[in-house]
Amino acid sequence: MRWTRWWGVAGAAPGWGGDAGTAEEFTIARKPQPEGGQAPVVQRVRIRYAKRGPLRFTSHRDFARAFERALRRAGVPIAFSQGFTPHPKISYASAAPTGVASEAEYLEIGLREPVDPTQLRAALDAALSPGLDVLDAVVATGGSLADRIEASHWRIELPEVDPDVLRAAVAAFTAAEEIQVERMTKQGRRTFDARAAVMAIDALAPAETPSGAAAVPCAILELVVRQVTPSVRPDDVLSGLRVVADLEPPVTPKVIRLAQGTLTAQGEIVDPFDADRDGAAIGEH
Amino acid sequence: MSAGHRVRLGIMSVSSTTPRPAAASSGEPSVWPRLEPLLPQVTKPIQYVGGELGAVVKDWDAATVRWALMYPDAYEVGLPNQGVQILYEVLNELPDVLAERTYAVWPDLERLMREHGVPQFTVDAHRPVRGFDVFGVSFSTELGYTNLLTAIDLAGIPLLAADRTDADPVIVAGGHAAFNPEPIADFVDAAVLGDGEEAVLEITAIVREWKAEGSPGGRDELLLRLARTESVYVPRFYDVDYLPDGRIQRVVPNRPDVPFRVHKRTTMDLDAWPYPKKPLVPLAETVHERYAVEIFRGCTRGCRFCQAGMITRPVRERSITTVGQMVQQGLEFSGFHEVGLLSLSSADHSEIGDMCSGLAEQYEGTNVSLSLPSTRVDAFNIDLAQELSRNGRRTGLTFAPEGGSERIRKVINKMVSKDDLIRTVVTAYTNGWRQVKLYFMCGLPTETDADVLEIADMAHEVIRAGRAATGSKDIRCTVSIGGFVPKPHTPFQWAPMERPEVIDGRLKLLKQAINSDRSLGRAIGFRYHDGEPSLIEGLLSRGDRRVGAVIRKVWENGGRFDGWSEHFSYQRWVEAAAEALPAFGVDLDWYTTREREELEVLPWDHLDSGLDKDWLWQDWQDSLSEYEQDDCRWTPCFDCGVCPTMDTEIQIGPTGRKLLPLTPVNGLKLPTPAQT
Repeated sequence: MRWTRWWGVAGAAPGWGGDAGTAEEFTIARKPQPEGGQAPVVQRVRIRYAKRGPLRFTSHRDFARAFERALRRAGVPIAFSQGFTPHPKISYASAAPTGVASEAEYLEIGLREPVDPTQLRAALDAALSPGLDVLDAVVATGGSLADRIEASHWRIELPEVDPDVLRAAVAAFTAAEEIQVERMTKQGRRTFDARAAVMAIDALAPAETPSGAAAVPCAILELVVRQVTPSVRPDDVLSGLRVVADLEPPVTPKVIRLAQGTLTAQGEIVDPFDADRDGAAIGEH
Repeated sequence: MSAGHRVRLGIMSVSSTTPRPAAASSGEPSVWPRLEPLLPQVTKPIQYVGGELGAVVKDWDAATVRWALMYPDAYEVGLPNQGVQILYEVLNELPDVLAERTYAVWPDLERLMREHGVPQFTVDAHRPVRGFDVFGVSFSTELGYTNLLTAIDLAGIPLLAADRTDADPVIVAGGHAAFNPEPIADFVDAAVLGDGEEAVLEITAIVREWKAEGSPGGRDELLLRLARTESVYVPRFYDVDYLPDGRIQRVVPNRPDVPFRVHKRTTMDLDAWPYPKKPLVPLAETVHERYAVEIFRGCTRGCRFCQAGMITRPVRERSITTVGQMVQQGLEFSGFHEVGLLSLSSADHSEIGDMCSGLAEQYEGTNVSLSLPSTRVDAFNIDLAQELSRNGRRTGLTFAPEGGSERIRKVINKMVSKDDLIRTVVTAYTNGWRQVKLYFMCGLPTETDADVLEIADMAHEVIRAGRAATGSKDIRCTVSIGGFVPKPHTPFQWAPMERPEVIDGRLKLLKQAINSDRSLGRAIGFRYHDGEPSLIEGLLSRGDRRVGAVIRKVWENGGRFDGWSEHFSYQRWVEAAAEALPAFGVDLDWYTTREREELEVLPWDHLDSGLDKDWLWQDWQDSLSEYEQDDCRWTPCFDCGVCPTMDTEIQIGPTGRKLLPLTPVNGLKLPTPAQT
């Protein structure tokens, strides 16, 4: 920890040059007493947003704080939970790991007044830093957002990896029935299968390289992975490629989530907002 | 990483002083492509990414004067710093000026940056710091000195100012520690004392003109022009002579055209400088997530240990209406839901009552919370806290008697009686607060064990009286103790420091005394800092140029982030001092536990804070005879010297104005076409 020195003690004070207000302040809840109560939720809106470029290093906690501030800046009539420390009504669907870019992150908010989702999207997008971009907003018609998300489509750029080497590794991966990989989790080292959850895995030809320009070779890996427990993340698939084919990327790979949604029988990903847009009933696809 | 590894790389980068391309015609290339692959390997990469709300990225080539501003601590501490935010905004408002920010990188990234040759960069556009014209570093504490060296070295700038060329930026130190920049005199090119708003504009004007003339005379000429303002201190233009016993004989200019003394800057009329208007809102988590507004600057309470109160005189209030407007705009811009009304003693604002009730009314029912870091020991403080907690969230109450005994409080000029304190805290308990904090210092001049042990009596009585008044056992207090560090430009600048063992011994006795009554002791929390970091802070705050060798050695041995307990190593400082100082005939004790005499030339005597040295000495003598000094806001002037020397005056209200209700704005705030 940093020395929580009080400014008067250290002599470094909250003038312009000082560490303004290092005097510790803390907030404690009042003793129980009657509360006015919060306005009820009259509308739920589902939002798709992107984490792009440098801001892909935003952690989920960082995003959550920034999003709450954006709600206030944009004047969104967000509803709050009841209780002594009311929280804004926001629920998140599985967030991409820190450092992974995404074109398809999802959340749902509860509002105390109805809004036009198109205007809401524009207002929130303007209130967030460029790189945290609000792409789509629909009024929820029912069901749960979590039920509409079964799988993710990922793209992994592997700079300085020979595309042929990647293709061979992918073939070995596909041929395996089960691939045990290890990952450090908060509970310690875990070993689990990284193969079964992978619905599709493809090595793209270099011509399809999206962020071309570079003269160095760059192999591209595309994945469709089902959401399972324990979750299989893109880096677990890379660990799997290391296990089956000794694939060791010399440079940190760049990962991006392209889509999330339910899976069709053909393995296609369905936009989770389709059902809301069609005004369709719960669970229909 | 071994220390040796670090040092070797450090020396390598010092020797590589290849000048950068003469004119930055193609702009400074971003280091981002080289930095980006390193970020997945470090903790909290978001802190190196920039992209905050309020951040500004300007065209490099369109700017004539380019500033890199640094707060020499981790991003999470540095970003909320008001000083850097204000200067960043003031500078970037000028069309031909560009200012970007840089912070201390953690050792994990430092190692990778050295391995991959990535230089110290700004977070705004990830430009190398070496490419800027001016590199301004704001020090609120001396414990950032080793981080300064890391940044200079990572930037590829020679560590020693004397080795720098026209290819290097001018390194300017500011902030409170700059009132004695002598320990870092070898490493900085210049130091600015006092308020920064106007100082950075003046420096900018000088750099602009010098560049427009084709940079005549190079770096030396630029530094000379800065020195001639009499408010920018350029250490290389002054020689320090020493007496055989190690004391300073004199500090004199070594060329005819620089002033004998350098004066601090004072920004008057804070209403004319309503910054920050667009506060920086980070994505990363930082120590303060709030809109902070200074409600006044300066303090004349005259607490003798408080450097800030001495060097920021006179008191200059920001008016209630300007504060109200800043809060409204700051919240609207940032989306913060917390407001801090900052100053050295916020409850002393002439219209603080109206300000608190006005803001509380304006933001009632909005989930915006207001806080006031005030430590005044009186019932008024509780009234204000009541006002601010209208929104259902209650801020903590902190009272700062500073000294345990009546006697020591007279020594430090903190005029609070034990009865006042107990009455005030009991009032807080009866008004529904279940916990209060009490701040004290340990190691004060003339302090004995008995003075410190009285803290325990006071805490016991607070709990006893609180239980009696509330009829409840559910009340607590936390006793928080900081180590006293004598600072330059205060009456205690002559005082001896106590040894860390003595401090630690007293704290141990205090802890035993608090717990001597188990029932009362259970209701009292006890927090303190060891004496060792304070001693080193004391070395750095009252050191002279010879201490620079100690800082350098500590840094070479791996010293980083000395303000953090897990990084600070007392042993490393003691060893470095033992290696570097004997050559000068002095040692660590000489700088810390030695009492100075009236006629000793102090390392900062040529730096003018406006305070009359004779007055300071008299106040030191008054302190020893336990004589108290009033506050000149409410009593006649006592001739500290600041106002006449600096041609300033106290600026306080009341204005008699009130905050009007805000018109609620309904509906979504849609972007205007320009924003999208």
